[in-house]
Amino acid sequence: MGTPLLSVRNLQTSFFTREGEVRSVDDVSFDLEAGQTLGIVGESGSGKSVTSLSIMRLIPTPPGRIKGGQVLFGGQDLLKLSDRQMRAIRGKRIAMIFQDPMSSLNPFLRIARQLTEISELHLGLDRRAARRRAIEMLELVGIPDAARRIDDYPHQFSGGMRQRVMIAMALSCDPQLLIADEPTTALDVTIQAQILELIKDLRERLGTAVILITHDLGVVAGMADRVAVMYAGKIVESAPTDSLFARPAHPYTQGLLRSMPDPLQEVAELYQIPGLPPDMTRLPPGCAFAPRCPHAAEPCSQPPETVAVGAAHRSACWLNVRSETRA
Amino acid sequence: MPENVSSLIAVRDVKVHFPLDSVGSLGRLLGRPPARVVKAIDGVTLDIQPGKTLGLVGESGCGKSTLGRAILQLVRPTAGRIFFKGTELTGLNARQLQQMRRRMQMVFQDPYASLNPRMTVGDIIAEPIEIFEPLRGEALRRRVQELMRTVSLNPAFVKRYPHEFSGGQRQRIGIARALAVGPEFIVADEPIAALDVSIQAQILNLLSQLRRELGLTTLFISHDLRAVRHISDRVAVMYLGKLVEVADSHEIYRRPLHPYTQALISAVPVPDPAVEKTRRRIVLTGDVPSPINPPTGCRFHTRCPYAQERCRAEEPPLVDTGGGHQAACFLLEEVSSGGAARDSAA
Repeated sequence: MGTPLLSVRNLQTSFFTREGEVRSVDDVSFDLEAGQTLGIVGESGSGKSVTSLSIMRLIPTPPGRIKGGQVLFGGQDLLKLSDRQMRAIRGKRIAMIFQDPMSSLNPFLRIARQLTEISELHLGLDRRAARRRAIEMLELVGIPDAARRIDDYPHQFSGGMRQRVMIAMALSCDPQLLIADEPTTALDVTIQAQILELIKDLRERLGTAVILITHDLGVVAGMADRVAVMYAGKIVESAPTDSLFARPAHPYTQGLLRSMPDPLQEVAELYQIPGLPPDMTRLPPGCAFAPRCPHAAEPCSQPPETVAVGAAHRSACWLNVRSETRA
Repeated sequence: MPENVSSLIAVRDVKVHFPLDSVGSLGRLLGRPPARVVKAIDGVTLDIQPGKTLGLVGESGCGKSTLGRAILQLVRPTAGRIFFKGTELTGLNARQLQQMRRRMQMVFQDPYASLNPRMTVGDIIAEPIEIFEPLRGEALRRRVQELMRTVSLNPAFVKRYPHEFSGGQRQRIGIARALAVGPEFIVADEPIAALDVSIQAQILNLLSQLRRELGLTTLFISHDLRAVRHISDRVAVMYLGKLVEVADSHEIYRRPLHPYTQALISAVPVPDPAVEKTRRRIVLTGDVPSPINPPTGCRFHTRCPYAQERCRAEEPPLVDTGGGHQAACFLLEEVSSGGAARDSAA
């Protein structure tokens, strides 16, 4: 394998609040090859969205700050670029779609203007060419009657159609990387299926690499090549998708998988992860999951090392360290 | 009286229509109907047996929340009758209805919006008790603490305010409040939709446990088919104000008959890459049509892969196909031989 398209190295992003420093992203590293899909899974506050916003350099400063690390994109460290250089990458080579398509579209502008703005800016197209391109993109994402609908306002579209518009906008400049942050969470299940199929199809046709951020392990199972599981600002486990689901190594991943009702199977009682999501201002000194972990023991008061538990499969848990040394 | 007297809740041909335009006073005098009407519920008949949980699923706008509210008479139906243990709720006046309220309660979706931020947890849980019972002072306090323990909240937090709790804990407060007056029936409207995955399992288990221990009858409204399957004895599927299929929970997931149910079930992502790779997903085209001018005939025909001429003209009735498995479709035979998603999901 050559150089990865994206290589995040020891990324640290903190928010400075009245209650103290919140280490939303704490020493996160991962690679993404061109054309591949990485699923980042975690609950609210785990740092999955802050990771993607850090890659895009969209962290509101203050209160937030990227404290350290590198975001190497095509060999270039995005964190070292000037704002102007970054603007040339954002929307052109890296694009992003968000959970709520209504609040990410400008309600006062016709879809046409919102779509042409990007290609005029980044591709240098004139108005007419930009409009042609915009209609093409709307057709690509399956908006019926695109040539007419392009002059509608966002409120005239349904939720699923708005998400298609967002995807059209994100893909207008042929980005190498698409970051999709909970793209289907606000949508109904049959519409979710449509949008996921669309992302899959476009990814194959355009060869775009995708970072898919979600809380739904079911969604990554069908979409991702690799999965990273985040908890309290850290990646606790990362693996090829098959390996993660077949042999989850970290107790948090195991708990998440066991606590999901399986639509194909009946169980009397669901496994439940005890306790509450961590208070990010008061994390325990060692493993942040230890207070909820059924296997917690003395070593867990120290931060666990990340060790290999299989081919390209890493987990940050003392259990894995012990079993590895025993083996 | 409804024919099925054993039901705790019996819903008979209920309609809830919301007028969109004002007809004006003259129009009202002449009995003129409003030009446009949202048919949120358009003829639903349904039974819930005592001690059982009925899961009500459907996409946003299908009318599932309105049906839950109509059963509790929080919205008054435009037509039809609703019975609670043989008493016709739709025939009660406001005072009689208030007395019935202690027997049926609601748990809401948003644990942030449904708790008064200026009241302590203790006061929130005590309020319904004070309305219906003479309990005061120390006895009331003990009852509140007992309720907090029932939902696994630390009774020491009785003086705290909602903002001091996490989403899951707030949902527990909402459940304690609903249980406070000892209801027989609970409508839980998307009770886990706003919660984190690891907390959803906790609340689902709590609801199952309460149902077992208190013998509660529950209407569990959700768009999450995984959760519904887990918690329900029976499942009803709604589409644009109508029920399209009703069956026992294990039956409907193993053998969905209606094309819409089949699509819904096949659209649920399965947390298993091996399954996801091999199964064939039925992807419906288009969006849910507007309930203002719902399609003629079968409301699903605009998105149905099997639709025929008849489906556009006539409305299929909900019929029992055997063993209490009801479905509303003219083409059940074609659909079941059409190699639907159920086999590919296995």
